[in-house]
Amino acid sequence: MPDAPQRSFAALAGVAALMAALIALPFLAKWAGQPALIPLASRILIYAIAAASLNLALGYGGMVSFGHAAFFGLGGYVVGVLYQAYVGDARVFGLFPGTNQLLVTLPLAMLVSGALALAIGALSLRTAGVQFIMITLAFAQMLFYLFVSLKAYGGDDGLIVRRRNVLFDLDARDDATFYFFCLAAATLVFVALWRIVVSRFGLILGGLRQNETRMEAIGVAPYRYKLAAFVLSGMGAGLAGALMANLLRFVSPDMLHWTKSGELMIMVILGGVGTLFGPLLGAAAFIALETFLTAWTEHWQLALGPILLVVVLFTRGGLHALLARLSGRRS
Amino acid sequence: MTLVLEQLLNGVQYGVMLFLLAAGLTLIFGIMGVINLAHGSLYMVGAYAAAVVAAKTGSLWLALPAGLAAAAAVGMAMELVVLRRLYDRDHLDQVLATFALILIFNQAVTILAGRQPLFVAAPAALNGSIEIVAGLTYPIYRLAVIAVGLVVAIGLYLLVNRTRAGMLVRAGATHRDMVRALGVDIRLLYTAVFGLGALLAGLAGVMAGPLLAVQVGMGEQILIMTFVVVVIGGVGSIRGAFFGALVVGVVDTLLRAFLPGLLRQVMSGPEADALGAGLSSMGVYLLMAIVLLIRPKGLFPAHA
Amino acid sequence: MQAKAILLGAALALAAAGGAAAQQPVRIGMITTLSGPGGYLGQDIRDAFRLAIDMEGGKLGGAPVELIVEDDGLKPGQGKQIAERMLKSDGVKLFTGIVFSNVAGAVVPDVVDAGALYVSPNAGPSNLAGKECHKNYFVVSWQNDSLHESAGQNATNLGYKRAFILAPNYQAGKDALAGFKRFFKGEIAGEVYTRLDQTDFAAEMAQIRAANPDVVFQFHPGGLGIAFLRQYQQAGLLEKVPMVLAAPSLDHVTLAAVGDAAVGINVTAHWNADFDNEANRKFMAAWTKAYNRPATYYASQGYDTALAVASALKATGGKPDADAMRAALLKADFASTRGAFKFGPNQHPVQDWYALKVEKGADGKPALVTKGKVLTGHGDFYAAQCKL
Repeated sequence: MPDAPQRSFAALAGVAALMAALIALPFLAKWAGQPALIPLASRILIYAIAAASLNLALGYGGMVSFGHAAFFGLGGYVVGVLYQAYVGDARVFGLFPGTNQLLVTLPLAMLVSGALALAIGALSLRTAGVQFIMITLAFAQMLFYLFVSLKAYGGDDGLIVRRRNVLFDLDARDDATFYFFCLAAATLVFVALWRIVVSRFGLILGGLRQNETRMEAIGVAPYRYKLAAFVLSGMGAGLAGALMANLLRFVSPDMLHWTKSGELMIMVILGGVGTLFGPLLGAAAFIALETFLTAWTEHWQLALGPILLVVVLFTRGGLHALLARLSGRRS
Repeated sequence: MTLVLEQLLNGVQYGVMLFLLAAGLTLIFGIMGVINLAHGSLYMVGAYAAAVVAAKTGSLWLALPAGLAAAAAVGMAMELVVLRRLYDRDHLDQVLATFALILIFNQAVTILAGRQPLFVAAPAALNGSIEIVAGLTYPIYRLAVIAVGLVVAIGLYLLVNRTRAGMLVRAGATHRDMVRALGVDIRLLYTAVFGLGALLAGLAGVMAGPLLAVQVGMGEQILIMTFVVVVIGGVGSIRGAFFGALVVGVVDTLLRAFLPGLLRQVMSGPEADALGAGLSSMGVYLLMAIVLLIRPKGLFPAHA
Repeated sequence: MQAKAILLGAALALAAAGGAAAQQPVRIGMITTLSGPGGYLGQDIRDAFRLAIDMEGGKLGGAPVELIVEDDGLKPGQGKQIAERMLKSDGVKLFTGIVFSNVAGAVVPDVVDAGALYVSPNAGPSNLAGKECHKNYFVVSWQNDSLHESAGQNATNLGYKRAFILAPNYQAGKDALAGFKRFFKGEIAGEVYTRLDQTDFAAEMAQIRAANPDVVFQFHPGGLGIAFLRQYQQAGLLEKVPMVLAAPSLDHVTLAAVGDAAVGINVTAHWNADFDNEANRKFMAAWTKAYNRPATYYASQGYDTALAVASALKATGGKPDADAMRAALLKADFASTRGAFKFGPNQHPVQDWYALKVEKGADGKPALVTKGKVLTGHGDFYAAQCKL
């Protein structure tokens, strides 16, 4: 392609502009007297992490998981349970002490969610298509009912995390501080996803999505690659869940329910399946619409429904495709 | 012993309700390849239409056709306006579009019928309960639901296996492109199948009225279970939907009824009850996972 | 010329003073559940609260108020997000409206930590009533457990010896059964936890029949309760085993949806439409005129909450200052639709509980009729753990 350098320059400029806007956002929000926009933006970034992680399995790997709430919620519960043990001066499962250090809770959440993804993925990947959708749903629902009936962790009422985790001595209680933390996490996740997608691993994953038999013929073992992608995807969702528990200072089985899996899926589809920034767009559009429509009218669902319907019927490829087409027309 | 028998009957009755919903869903999925999350909304529409007509006219015999007609009409309209544009799209686009439809239906029903759950009486003739065998009394209405479900199952079986339309449906489920190539008006067939599926969902909704609460969101409560039935039974298979529904209904009911009691033998009361409730909720999902791991295409795959 | 300028200056100063006297309205943030099966609960709370404002001509306690209502969709995260926006962008200092315990658990700590007041018109979960109680957190409705404690007392008073008890398998359900057992002196013939999304109770009906208890106590709010009662009647149990309920399992809306299947059922509540006190007569007349639908106890709580807020605003001269409002609220200086009402040490109600029974009214429709008092000046179990 002759214009490849130009295009990659344009992409780079776009990403730089996006970063600049995201960094400036809290200052602008304070200046405009709308400080509540900061936690809203944090929420969008967190959902973007979760949706982008889901997109690795769903978009790049062709594994339509309807059970990512399991990893999201479990990540949240890791934070909640560790915090509960920390303030209660108790030991988690009688083994190790709790903590409120972000640098401990976040990696641990990723690890635990990754382990769960390994178990669920190992079993679920024996199926494909709609059966895969349903079996991932099944495992997530089992986890949901498990946490609903665990009285030690608040059951249906969930766990309150009275104070956000801290980064060494830095208190994330201030919304702007926490926002920058989310932004850093999101940047890392998106860079990592980008590296994965363009790597050999990513190319093989894409090949498997398009034609598994052909890839097998050239000597690729599909199962291992798909499982690895599924685990990475689960870890990302776990990280998002842990951040969400900190943002909301609350975890409940609500985070594990199938409607949460559905919401994440909706964000990916709305933004653009199998695109790097689609999930960010989707998360931003979905959360912003939900927030502003509920503030505008109690019949917000009647407004949100048709908007989603129009996007899916007329954009073909979500908001990402729509933006690409608009910018393509302009140049 | 009569307790086990009664719980079996309860399981069958729950299964029959699930079958009515799953039959339509599996046909729509098998033939048109559409994942329709809004199938539960058709169930809700049927229930609401029947409840409103019953309240306005006082006649349950008008409510039944009203519920069926409303569900079928809304279903066909949904196919014509929205889903028709999605047949050649990705499953994921269908998921988003039908999710949007759920939001629209729920809010529209809230605006039209209000937030208060509606009252529906069972027909006087079906009120009360009778003694089937010594020591086992059973609600007449539930027996009627089982009877209706079985009649519909037989009717569907005959329709699909003994008529020309049914042949097209079967062919459409297994060799979609071939049927299209043979010059069958596939669009008409699709709309008709969608209408039939909606009609069955509406029937389930009408019958659920006197048993459950007619309220917004009732569709989503049963939607996931319906998908579970479809997948366990095998996508696209009416027979699979029937047996899948019965298995799910019976397993779910029996676990709920007897698991806490069994656990109570080995641990203290309240903990056993709470744990039993949790485990029995998971039971059906566990069943589905096991079935899919052993038979990834379900129990009675249509494409066998 | 100079005189003119002085006159003008005086006029401007007067105008400015006049502007300051016409106060900014006090903003009240109402986060409530309006969508989904639980939507009618939030609707009644909102409508009753609004009714109280309308009855005062757009004011509460003489102060102009602005009610901002938003739907939490029964999602704790959504509720939190709304609270955050109201706190930070709209400058709301006074909150109310939450229907469900899990939303309250997520939202209330945020609101009170930010120095704002929360006055609950419904949810009163145990985790906020004891050790975690807060000086900015008031509950006008009840503490969850006391709903069920009164039912347990009622079952004891009615002389039942063996009770079969059921509730959904979640925290409020477990609290319900614990509350009932705390005040029921008889024996428990069976204890069953149902599923939160369960709508078919046939399996439970069979278990009840097999256990053959004196009385059934079940806690299934809203639509779940409707399904349970209908199926109870269809199973032929209604004539055989009497039922004792707490208010949430049979309110005036679910009663209309259940119909005759509810006749003869015992309910305990802190309020009923037929209460013969002046505040309630006034409320019922205004409600019927404005909305022409049965008033639920949720509506009475929404109205009482508005009255409580009004009493505080009146005492502070319309300033939503947290310290002054708190001191005024504590006095509970308002005429509740329930009659006697005061706040206990954890700022939850100390109130009377009544026995009601469903009977056929003169118009042939079943109605809740007040029969007598079950508990007098009843506080709650968790107050002792609260250090305020």
